[in-house]
Amino acid sequence: MSEVVKKFMYLNRRAPYGTIYAWESLEVVLIGAAFDQEVNLMFVDDGVFQLVKGQDTAGIGMKNFSPTYRTLGDYEVKNIFVDADSLAARGLTQDDLVAIAYEDMDTEEEIENIVEVVDAARVTELMDESDVVFSF
Amino acid sequence: MPIVVDGKTFETDEEGYLANINDWVPGVAGVMAKEDDLELTDEHWDIINFLREYYEEYQIAPAVRVLTKAVGKKLGKDKGTSKYLYGLFPYGPSKQACRYAGLPKPTGCV
Repeated sequence: MSEVVKKFMYLNRRAPYGTIYAWESLEVVLIGAAFDQEVNLMFVDDGVFQLVKGQDTAGIGMKNFSPTYRTLGDYEVKNIFVDADSLAARGLTQDDLVAIAYEDMDTEEEIENIVEVVDAARVTELMDESDVVFSF
Repeated sequence: MPIVVDGKTFETDEEGYLANINDWVPGVAGVMAKEDDLELTDEHWDIINFLREYYEEYQIAPAVRVLTKAVGKKLGKDKGTSKYLYGLFPYGPSKQACRYAGLPKPTGCV
């Protein structure tokens, strides 16, 4: 395994359907999770819609991949952030979003929901701390 | 190469995964296993059924690391080990069992 652990941020800014960006981003995250890097997911702008629960894509003939976000904890992706201003601007609150659980297999500590709503200052700070930002 | 189960033909992709997940019948697993010279036991079926349930819930075929962790949680710690799972599916537990289960190739699987 690589000695150098880099901080990766996946920045998700687009609505889940209509373009392939959201699904591509999620796939890259899940595939990349096999490599021991520190990964942050950030949802801003229309990207916050990716985490909205109760999605039904039957009408647009696309695969509903929103349940897949709930596996992120299983893939050891533990840091998931949502921009508070983007949520508020779209009339959403954390209650509208899926909950993603994480269980530490070593300590058996279980966290019910790792999705964290953060303010603009914290978004900036997290971006600054990242070595690499992938924008989708 | 398409496979034939009870006289019915099922399309597969170039790696042998079922082309259409909704086509799956349990016989598919049996025929695929036979081609690999593997006899399916209840223990194999536990994993195959687990994967189908996992896909149903999360819309994804889990990578082996994730499968191991999830099996340990659901079926007991003694079964959530690479050793146990590779014992059942020597070609790679997730890769091979997902194929038998009619699921796509696992995400994050090379």
